[in-house]
Amino acid sequence: MTTLTPTEDETMLRDAARGFLDDAAPVSNLRANRDAGRPYDPALWDEMVKMGWAGVLIGEDDGGSDMGFAAANTLAEEMGRTLAASPFLSTAVIAATTLRRAGAPGLAEIASGAATYALAIDEGPKFAPAATRMAARADGNGFSLSGTKTFVGEGTSATRLLVLAQSEAGPTLFSIDAERAGISREKLDLVDSRDHARITFDDVVATGEDVVGEVGQGLAALAPGLRAGQAALAAELTGLSAGAFAMTAGYLKERKQFGRHIGSFQALQHRAAHLWSEIEVTASTIVNAGRVLDATPDEADLAVSLAKARATETANLAVREGVQMHGGIGMTDDFDMGFYMKRARVAAEWLGDYGYHAAVVARARGDAA
Amino acid sequence: MTATDDARLDAFRDEIAGWIDANAPSSLRDRPFSEDDICWGGKRWTFKSEDQKTWLDACAARGLTAPTWPVEYGGAGFSRAQDKIFRETLDRLRVKKPLDSFGLWMLGPALLAFGTEEQKRHFLPQITRGEIRWCQGYSEPGAGSDLASVQTHAEDKGDHWLVNGQKIWTSYADQADWIFALIRTDREAPKHRGISFMLIDMESEGVTTRPIRLISGKSPFCETFFDNVRVPKSYGEGISSIVGEENRGWDVAKHLLTHEREMIGGGGSGLTGGRSVASVLADDGVDDPVIRARAMKLGVDELAMNLTLERYKDMAKQGGVGNASAMLKYYGTELNKARFELLMAAGGSDALAWDGVHGTLAPEWLRTKANSIEGGTSEVMLDILAKRVLELPSE
Ligand SMILES: Cc1cc2nc3c(=O)[nH]c(=O)nc-3n(C[C@H](O)[C@H](O)[C@H](O)COP(=O)(O)OP(=O)(O)OC[C@H]3O[C@@H](n4cnc5c(N)ncnc54)[C@H](O)[C@@H]3O)c2cc1C
Ligand SMILES: Cc1cc2nc3c(=O)[nH]c(=O)nc-3n(C[C@H](O)[C@H](O)[C@H](O)COP(=O)(O)OP(=O)(O)OC[C@H]3O[C@@H](n4cnc5c(N)ncnc54)[C@H](O)[C@@H]3O)c2cc1C
Repeated sequence: MTTLTPTEDETMLRDAARGFLDDAAPVSNLRANRDAGRPYDPALWDEMVKMGWAGVLIGEDDGGSDMGFAAANTLAEEMGRTLAASPFLSTAVIAATTLRRAGAPGLAEIASGAATYALAIDEGPKFAPAATRMAARADGNGFSLSGTKTFVGEGTSATRLLVLAQSEAGPTLFSIDAERAGISREKLDLVDSRDHARITFDDVVATGEDVVGEVGQGLAALAPGLRAGQAALAAELTGLSAGAFAMTAGYLKERKQFGRHIGSFQALQHRAAHLWSEIEVTASTIVNAGRVLDATPDEADLAVSLAKARATETANLAVREGVQMHGGIGMTDDFDMGFYMKRARVAAEWLGDYGYHAAVVARARGDAA
Repeated sequence: MTATDDARLDAFRDEIAGWIDANAPSSLRDRPFSEDDICWGGKRWTFKSEDQKTWLDACAARGLTAPTWPVEYGGAGFSRAQDKIFRETLDRLRVKKPLDSFGLWMLGPALLAFGTEEQKRHFLPQITRGEIRWCQGYSEPGAGSDLASVQTHAEDKGDHWLVNGQKIWTSYADQADWIFALIRTDREAPKHRGISFMLIDMESEGVTTRPIRLISGKSPFCETFFDNVRVPKSYGEGISSIVGEENRGWDVAKHLLTHEREMIGGGGSGLTGGRSVASVLADDGVDDPVIRARAMKLGVDELAMNLTLERYKDMAKQGGVGNASAMLKYYGTELNKARFELLMAAGGSDALAWDGVHGTLAPEWLRTKANSIEGGTSEVMLDILAKRVLELPSE
């Protein structure tokens, strides 16, 4: 029987990741990236690649470290704590899992850091892969892709794109070079100061070799990578909650008003204790998602959506309370709490919002709405 | 975890399912949960049916009323993994638990942690066989959340204690055989240091109870009075009437409250047992998008809480949870209350009867309101978390 407590290996990985990120990617890095107009720090990603993080879900034959989904979640959670920006989630989690399961090429390049990926899937303001309308018209032996994708994480910097489009046979997933003729990428300036793009495809030529999985089976091909990505994003949000909470609890112990520490006011104590409880309850869903993904990756919808739904809500509470309990200073750009709030909002929408995942949970429980 | 461990647990799963199937009377299966079906045991217990007694005796003989207790004290010596499988199998086959009691939930764990060998051998098997029913004498009119202010007092009379005072909110005191109580044995000491954890026979002269009626219409709890009650210092060789050291009953009480909190926190949640809001809506043909949306959110939170209970059990096994168990109590009881609010809303006017289409939903809903009061209120739980776990300043 597996337990919901961390294994020794997981604890070691967490400690190592935390030590590294505190040092190499504190929140001040995000601020520096933002002020320099840079989506992420390539030197930081190089370091992560060297530590085997890019290959966390890639087999050893392809140069990966093959540590599994629980380990990937642990890394994502620690990145969330300091808001470390990197291509980790899009590339090492979503693309690596998708390509690996489909037996598609590209894994060695991910593990070595030679390639980064972005998932081009959304077409409107809400995540709805099944409603994909972008066209993949039959064209000779191949396809011609036309349409627009939005809210593409790592969209301006990725060297390759995973893109979902409708062929005659149904939704089909393609893996293509991001510089291919007909692709134009426009930076989206979103509140979290990270790399997001709107990508327009104008008669982009794709061949049968670019198809991931089967033609017409794009949703199935994408499912394993999406689940892994949603779980890792939930983990990131949980790390983010813990990071924001640590700042807030620290402030409650330090700030004095009315001649006392504000943390001695019961009105704030009870809210802090409630928030801590929410974080604890959500943490259980993250561990569980990692366990279920590692054991039965194809039966993980419930576990993953439970984690993403909980993590979204908990992070939202953590950052709202974070700003409120800091008073005026919480509203300032000089202070880091705002970065947590903004990333939490973006991550709440990415790969399915609360309602999307709560509906998956309800369906899986047989309480269909 | 190795493959052989897994194989062994699989074999255990089959064996225990086979045993339950062969021994559980059919009248105790496939029934929705109802408080009326609980078997509490004790000298005054009248079994609801012959089958209820058969099932209790069969389980007790195999140690299955207290699966994780050591075999020598009437348990089955199950590991945590085995216990989980046993509980899951009961749920899956929809078989009633053979016995529920304060002895199992509260006194037993306290005796296992603090009792002498003789106390354990004397008291624990009586609990597992369902022979003695215990009640909990903590709260007093002046000592609720501030439990360490208890005033019920014992005077040292050489070979016995002379106990005087009053307890209140004592659940099932009128049906219990014995009471474990917090009694002040040193009035001079600081309030936490003068309390003893005392075991008292409810048949002793001078003990009286008076039932109090709850808003749910039931009267499961009482005022309990002690008037010059003589409590022997010893019930036999090594069997002191005090558990743990004299005047150090607060340590025992705290340990026991931790168990109580985990138990109340885990009650009534989620996947196992209980009806779903969706099924109540379906039964009534009600289509209300707001209730549905709230039910979806509740569903998410219940699943997350169930996992948290499992995770905390794993943590407890690996060295303890400590004050963080206050979170389980707080979160679990608030969730259970929310669940019953929604069930009532889903049932509409059909749910308002004391006993109607939805059975006893209305009194159960009322009863859940006590979840966040009994065993320490939600506010007290949040205080514990803020002060002990988060270590927020006191000034
Ligand atoms: C956008 C903006 C505009 C502003 N404009 C002006 C302006 O024009 N002029 C001006 O003078 N000021 C202005 N302020 C300052 C504002 O009035 C203060 O920020 C506010 O009074 C809170 O004080 P503080 O920031 O020191 O927070 P603190 O007082 O340090 O509060 C921190 C946290 O502790 C809580 N807290 C404090 N005391 C207690 C207590 N006794 N019990 C429970 N909780 C408590 C607070 O509610 C808060 O959540 C402005 C602030 C902002 C954000
Ligand atoms: C159904 C039921 C069964 C029970 N069974 C038993 C039993 O078997 N044995 C037993 O000994 N007791 C039992 N109790 C008693 C229960 O443990 C007490 O009711 C509980 O500890 C609260 O004490 P009180 O009722 O005196 O409320 P009080 O302590 O007077 O509290 C009143 C309100 O004030 C709040 N409050 C108190 N202190 C603080 C604080 N420091 N900060 C913020 N808010 C505070 C409380 O949270 C509550 O909302 C039972 C109670 C119920 C309802």
